[in-house]
Amino acid sequence: MEDDAPVIYGLEFQVHVIDFDDENNIINKTVLLHQAGEIWHISASPADRGVLATCYSQAADSKVVTCAAVWRMPAELEPGSQESPEDAASPAHALELLCLLEPAARGSTACVAWEPAGDGKRVVSLADSHILLWDLEGSSSQATLASSASLEGKGQLKFTTGRWSPHHNCSQVATANDTAIRGWDTRTMSQIYCIESAHGQLVRDLDFNPNKQYYLASCGDDCKVKFWDTRNVAEPVKTLEEHSHWVWNVRYNHSHDQLVLTGSSDSRVILSNMVSISSEPFGHLVDDDDLSDQEERRLEEKSQEPPQDSVIATYEEHEDSVYAVDWSSADPWLFASLSYDGRLVINRVPRALKYHILL
Amino acid sequence: MAAAAAAPGPGSRPGDSPEGPEAEAPERRRKAHGMLKLYYGLSEGEAAGRPSGPDPLDPTDLNGAHFDPEVYLDKLRRECPLAQLMDSETDMVRQIRALDSDMQTLVYENYNKFISATDTIRKMKNDFRKMEDEMDRLATNMAVITDFSARISATLQDRHERITKLAGVHALLRKLQFLFELPSRLTKCVELGAYGQAVRYQGRARAVLQQYQHLPSFRAIQDDCQVITARLAQQLRQRFREGGSGAPEQAECVELLLALGEPAEELCEEFLAHARGRLEEELRSLEAELGPSPPAPDVLEFTDHGGSGFVGGLCQVAAAYQELFAAQGPAGAEKLAAFARELGSRYFALVERRLAQEQGSGDNSLLVRALDRFHRRLRAPGALLAAAGLAEAATEIVERVARERLGHHLQGLQAAFLGSLTDVRQALAAPRIAGKEGPGLAELLANVASSILSHIKASLASVHLFTAKEVSFSNKPYFRGEFCSQGVRESLIVGFIRSMCQTAQSFCDSPGEKGGATPPALLLLLSRLCLDYETATISYILTLTDEQFLVQDQSPVTPVSTLCAEARETARRLLTHYVKVQGLVISQMLRKSVETRDWLSTLEPRNVRAVMKRVVEDTTAIDVQVGLLYEEGVRKAQSSDSSKRTFSVYSSSRQQGRYAPSYTPSAPMDTNLLSNIQKLFSERIDVFSPVEFNKVSVLTGIIKISLKTLLECVRLRTFGRFGLQQVQVDCHFLQLYLWRFVADEELVHLLLDEVVASAALRCPDPVPMEPSVVEVICERG
Repeated sequence: MEDDAPVIYGLEFQVHVIDFDDENNIINKTVLLHQAGEIWHISASPADRGVLATCYSQAADSKVVTCAAVWRMPAELEPGSQESPEDAASPAHALELLCLLEPAARGSTACVAWEPAGDGKRVVSLADSHILLWDLEGSSSQATLASSASLEGKGQLKFTTGRWSPHHNCSQVATANDTAIRGWDTRTMSQIYCIESAHGQLVRDLDFNPNKQYYLASCGDDCKVKFWDTRNVAEPVKTLEEHSHWVWNVRYNHSHDQLVLTGSSDSRVILSNMVSISSEPFGHLVDDDDLSDQEERRLEEKSQEPPQDSVIATYEEHEDSVYAVDWSSADPWLFASLSYDGRLVINRVPRALKYHILL
Repeated sequence: MAAAAAAPGPGSRPGDSPEGPEAEAPERRRKAHGMLKLYYGLSEGEAAGRPSGPDPLDPTDLNGAHFDPEVYLDKLRRECPLAQLMDSETDMVRQIRALDSDMQTLVYENYNKFISATDTIRKMKNDFRKMEDEMDRLATNMAVITDFSARISATLQDRHERITKLAGVHALLRKLQFLFELPSRLTKCVELGAYGQAVRYQGRARAVLQQYQHLPSFRAIQDDCQVITARLAQQLRQRFREGGSGAPEQAECVELLLALGEPAEELCEEFLAHARGRLEEELRSLEAELGPSPPAPDVLEFTDHGGSGFVGGLCQVAAAYQELFAAQGPAGAEKLAAFARELGSRYFALVERRLAQEQGSGDNSLLVRALDRFHRRLRAPGALLAAAGLAEAATEIVERVARERLGHHLQGLQAAFLGSLTDVRQALAAPRIAGKEGPGLAELLANVASSILSHIKASLASVHLFTAKEVSFSNKPYFRGEFCSQGVRESLIVGFIRSMCQTAQSFCDSPGEKGGATPPALLLLLSRLCLDYETATISYILTLTDEQFLVQDQSPVTPVSTLCAEARETARRLLTHYVKVQGLVISQMLRKSVETRDWLSTLEPRNVRAVMKRVVEDTTAIDVQVGLLYEEGVRKAQSSDSSKRTFSVYSSSRQQGRYAPSYTPSAPMDTNLLSNIQKLFSERIDVFSPVEFNKVSVLTGIIKISLKTLLECVRLRTFGRFGLQQVQVDCHFLQLYLWRFVADEELVHLLLDEVVASAALRCPDPVPMEPSVVEVICERG
């Protein structure tokens, strides 16, 4: 089992590909150079694991401009294809630029999001107050602007982050700007819903529940994590207040959506069990037909206990603010977190909980 | 003798009843005595009289009764010598002589007495003889008289019988005359209106007429009487129905009608119908007083009217009814009870409507007096008609009203609380516009606290009226127990304190989380208020309540400690929220200042940025504000010359720690390593942590939030060389002024060091400014 966890730090602007060998508990690191500039956001293509998109800043004319581009990793360095020994001294390979997502005078790009279930051909980028939908052609070597929309309103509106919903045939994108969360329909590029002042302060991150339509998690500078039903945005479905500083990241587990991971600048990572609003509110649901009577009885017993939302664990390995957390796409019980001081921590879901969910 | 002594038995005492053995065998005793006497030749009296001494039967005893001179002489001659005989003889002669002279003397002495006695006896003898003659004559005369008397009786017997008969006839005739005169008398009585008299006559004659109705003459009289009686009854009914007369007259009518033998059932119905008419009249007038538009008379007057009009009437009706129709038995009583119940419920409905109008008013004393009257008036009919349950219903109404009053007071208290909060808001808003200091926070707090306390006291006082001794319903179980404990203590006082806490907490949860809705000073003030409540006021209020309302009820009440804990929790939340709001204000300022500036192309710093001065000013203002209400709190120990020391430590740590000569500034990994090592030894900082109730803790919280924001914002930017230097200058400036506000100045160092380090990391060309220059700039700024 291997894990993709590209990370950046330092002045040289590298992309690190880290292999985690679960069986041997060994970590391998491959360093790729990102020569264009300082990376602020990174996202891997869902279809081709050699392709990734970054948002990076460039200093030009004593001004910092953030751009976005799609890159390909050198073929021999693709994770899993090599077992090269740790060789930090060897000159790093450079990423191969596929295309720039560079609109003319669109300002700084804050975020790039791939279409989650697609073939890696559609990308949304958020630049200042514009939301841009790109079609990638010729194995991502050419990007054409398919459609776009802009935020209109008073003052300088700026998108901070965005997320592509895996539901509804991938036709919805949620974005955040300041304290508001907006939903967009990519077919018409029009706004479908808007949660004004979703958080007391800036919204930092969003994530869609992968198994339950309409459910959206958000986090922000008010130290809260909120769960929304996008059909009724007047009130959050649930609010968590476990962190003591800004929450930078929130992530649903890809297969067991009661597991929610949050990272915060109080240097903690918190794994929560949100059973009551998950797609499996009464434990793991097995088709009733397959169950023997005994199992059914056990299931009933289990379902009689009211589901309890709880914090499963608080991980305090980081010494500084945690800026990124994510689940492994290969192993649903594995997750990584990254903090300011460059420390990457890989953790597992506690075994007891794992069995509780599975059985 | 021995037998005689033994006869009564050894155990019996002289006092014992002689009936015992003597009564059972007196014959035998006497027989035995007789035999003994026979043997000794003695009389009974002498045997008893001389129990001992010389033998009484001795014939030689000179003084004995059985003295025999021959035996004595014989004995003397035989036994005594001559000389002794001679002596005896002389002795005897001397004795005889002496006796003779004695006898002579006695005879002489008593001679006259003997003479007169003899005379008397003789005279008596004569008199008796005369008396005997008289008596004989009397006897003969009496016989003659008896004879005569018998003869006279015999002759008068005949006449006597005749006279008796005549007397009987006379009486009968008088009765007959009365009967014959009856119709005219009745008519006269009816004409004169003396119905009572007429009914009495009729009553007297009715039985006789009934008995002799088979005789034609009597029948005629009876018919006449019946006609007249019918007319009389009709007139009575007429009067009864007219109803103009009062209840007592009506009662009289009914009484007469009853005496006339009218059917009680019907009368009773009619009586009640009439009473209903009158009482409904009363109710209508009461309802008219209720009427929507005219200014209703005050509630006391209303209940007075109701009490005297309706309740009085009901009492009269009930009393009259019970007197008149006592014979009706339980069915009649039930009818009356139903009657009273129905009208009573209508009356209660009216009273309740009136009382409902009173709910809005603040005057409790009037209401209590009115309720008192109401309740008092209903006690009489309540006692009279226990079955109708009027008293219970009245008590229920009073209880309901009391409960509603409690609710009303609770609302009043809440409104007062909100009102005083509004006042505070205005007071807080006003001076800022005027640009000068208004009343201080402490003063405002005192105002709010005292106004709430006085409102609570006023409410308690006015609610206390319900339990005053002179109020008739105050000794009902509800008012003695539940009202005091559950009503006043729990729902009013505890309820108010709870709602106060909730209101205060709602300021924390207000949707306007940006702090625009609630002025921070208000949060601070409320927090202090709640804390004061926790420390003193709650227990004071509850003690006051318990004293005023001697709570006898054993039902569980909320303990003081629970309330205090709630108040403390509220105070804590408010203060934490205050810290968040104030921290947010300063953070926003810092964030904007970092985000909007172009750090790459900034010029070499000449002075501290204005926003930092503003931050320090605001922090000082907050410090002053919090200082007005909260105590200083504890700081970590500092040396005397804090300012200087901090400065040197700060600059040296930066100089030798971060940018020590051995590490080039362009070696970010090393710097990272250093900072990590340093962090290993410092404690983790909880930014939004709960605060304690003192100034230092509050300020520490605010500064922590602000500096952490600054740190995070700096990390998101890229700095040019001069940008970094500007950050250096700003941080040093903050360091100079902020250390004194916080509990642990290390905290400020740590965070500011972190900011500068982060800025350095975010700088492609990190050339720090000379510490001395930084100092100069800061001192100038």
